[in-house]
Amino acid sequence: MEFLLGHINVFVYVILMMVGFYAMLAKKNLVKKVIGMNVFQWSLILFVVSLGSKRGANIPIVQGFHHGHTEGLVIEAAKYINPLPHVLMLTAIVVGVATTSVALALMLRIYKTYGTLEEDEILKKLK
Amino acid sequence: MNIHQLQLPVLLVLIPMFTAFVIPIVAIKKKEFAFPIALAALAAMVFVAFETTRRVVLTGPIDYFMGGWEPPWGIALHIDHLSAIMVCLLAVIGFVVGIYSKRSIQSECPDKVVPFYSIYLLLLAGLTGIVVTGDMFNLYVFLEISSLAGYALIAIGDERAPFSTFRYLIIGTAGACFYLLGVVYLYSVTGTLNMADLARILPDIYESKVVLTAFAFFVVGVAIKMALFPLHGWLPDAYTHAPSAVSALIAPTMTKVSAYVMIRVVFTVFEPVLFLETLPVRVILSWVAAAAIIYGSVVAISQSDIKRMLAFSSVSQVGYIVLGLTMASEAGYIGSILHIINHGVMKGCLFAVAGAFIYRAGVRNIEDFGFLNRKMPLTSLAFAIAALSMIGIPPTAGFFSKWYLILGAVDSEQWVFVGVIMASSLLNAAYFFKVIEHMYLKPQRELRAGEKTHDELKIKEAPLSMLIPILALAAGVLVLGFASYWIVNTLIIPGLPSGLV
Repeated sequence: MEFLLGHINVFVYVILMMVGFYAMLAKKNLVKKVIGMNVFQWSLILFVVSLGSKRGANIPIVQGFHHGHTEGLVIEAAKYINPLPHVLMLTAIVVGVATTSVALALMLRIYKTYGTLEEDEILKKLK
Repeated sequence: MNIHQLQLPVLLVLIPMFTAFVIPIVAIKKKEFAFPIALAALAAMVFVAFETTRRVVLTGPIDYFMGGWEPPWGIALHIDHLSAIMVCLLAVIGFVVGIYSKRSIQSECPDKVVPFYSIYLLLLAGLTGIVVTGDMFNLYVFLEISSLAGYALIAIGDERAPFSTFRYLIIGTAGACFYLLGVVYLYSVTGTLNMADLARILPDIYESKVVLTAFAFFVVGVAIKMALFPLHGWLPDAYTHAPSAVSALIAPTMTKVSAYVMIRVVFTVFEPVLFLETLPVRVILSWVAAAAIIYGSVVAISQSDIKRMLAFSSVSQVGYIVLGLTMASEAGYIGSILHIINHGVMKGCLFAVAGAFIYRAGVRNIEDFGFLNRKMPLTSLAFAIAALSMIGIPPTAGFFSKWYLILGAVDSEQWVFVGVIMASSLLNAAYFFKVIEHMYLKPQRELRAGEKTHDELKIKEAPLSMLIPILALAAGVLVLGFASYWIVNTLIIPGLPSGLV
């Protein structure tokens, strides 16, 4: 139980990711596939954001720092959260949005051509 | 070190990326401007790529720190011999196919010329970014830039292209996410994203489960991106329905760059030891690669659409590259790299020829190729040369890479794989000779009602702007064959990774 609570972020991300993966692969509707893809990406992003944070820590802005007065200033790394994973995920979010918009644009074209977004109906029309 | 030398690596990415944004702005009124601007940028890329390679060969790997921030804080670009080879391949293919694309795109989608060139350069920016970067996360970003540009380019193809692209997008995103997961796992145990830094820290913690999981994620993610059997599902449809110029660009570059990522991860970030001893990935990958080689070739035989046949042939060629890599021996590594270059040039040539046939004769079914050589002799000759190279007949380029692969298999006494490479060469011969037979020896098939003979259609040789790139690529196949000794000794051997068996 302690193991479970200690790694709650890992369990949540794995469950979410599997939900997304299932929707991506098994759902017949293209919109649902894209939603599944988003869940998949977002679970990863949530996980990485949770990696960077820690309890009782502050945002990474040095406290007690005034212009030019650095004497006697001690920076304790434990007091600050690690900003790098968050910054990385900012980029990953942008990538995710771009991917989703391309997918939506493609769906528009598919709908114009086949008049449906159900994968099995499209496959039937392709034959 | 003067300033000029310092900026070379970043120019490789900046030139195409900057031009990609300039094109839509300049060409908003006059569509004719798009092509010359793109071509100028591509020519500049070829120049910078060769200059960079010259410097790498003369003075060793080049490091470039973005904004002057040293790693592990900043993003570093690192160009060694392997990156230099890839950069040259990308620049040359980009330039040659760029010339070729002018007529082809105008006939296939005339209203999309401006976005086409813009995205074309964006794709090249992403691909060169992947090969020059020395930072794992940066690589992910470039991977997604190139993939998104690739989706957009493939989707402007024929009627079925959007649906094929959609499938590629879903599976490709999963692949990229797996790669990102690998990066994040490594970051969580090492606290760095720089490849050189990772290579320094990782050997101490190879036993860590997190590192092993990360490695597994890398392999699966990249295998999806490079269409390694059985994760190749997206590739045949995407290549078949893309515009001809796009197939000619994407087939030689995208899967090859993914193969580069795999080589980078396995040999630079991790050491071959991990992949040989700690995890049994090598055994799995080598059998998967062997299956890919046979499967791709067998399915290619049964195809009647030329582009689809070439796409399945690509699946089998990816198998060769991975097979060479899993040998983790010198000969296998050399064979792998050589095959990346050779296959890039010959597959580019074959797809370009297929595009020319579609452009002039409107045929893509192999059965309709009867006596096409009488109408388009030079194009057919280029196809024959590239096809012979695919089969592996000396002195074409394909022979030498297969030679090294077989040497690698013999060295490590994996006789099954020697057999697989031989058998696959026979299968390659089966499907390429089918095309050549139709092209050179068989008359046009009996016509159905309403169809015209080739004479009535007035099929002519491909226009010069398509013919010259095709012939250049075909000549490239021969040149690469004759120069392979030089390439191996100057470009590949100095860059051999440490720890090969």
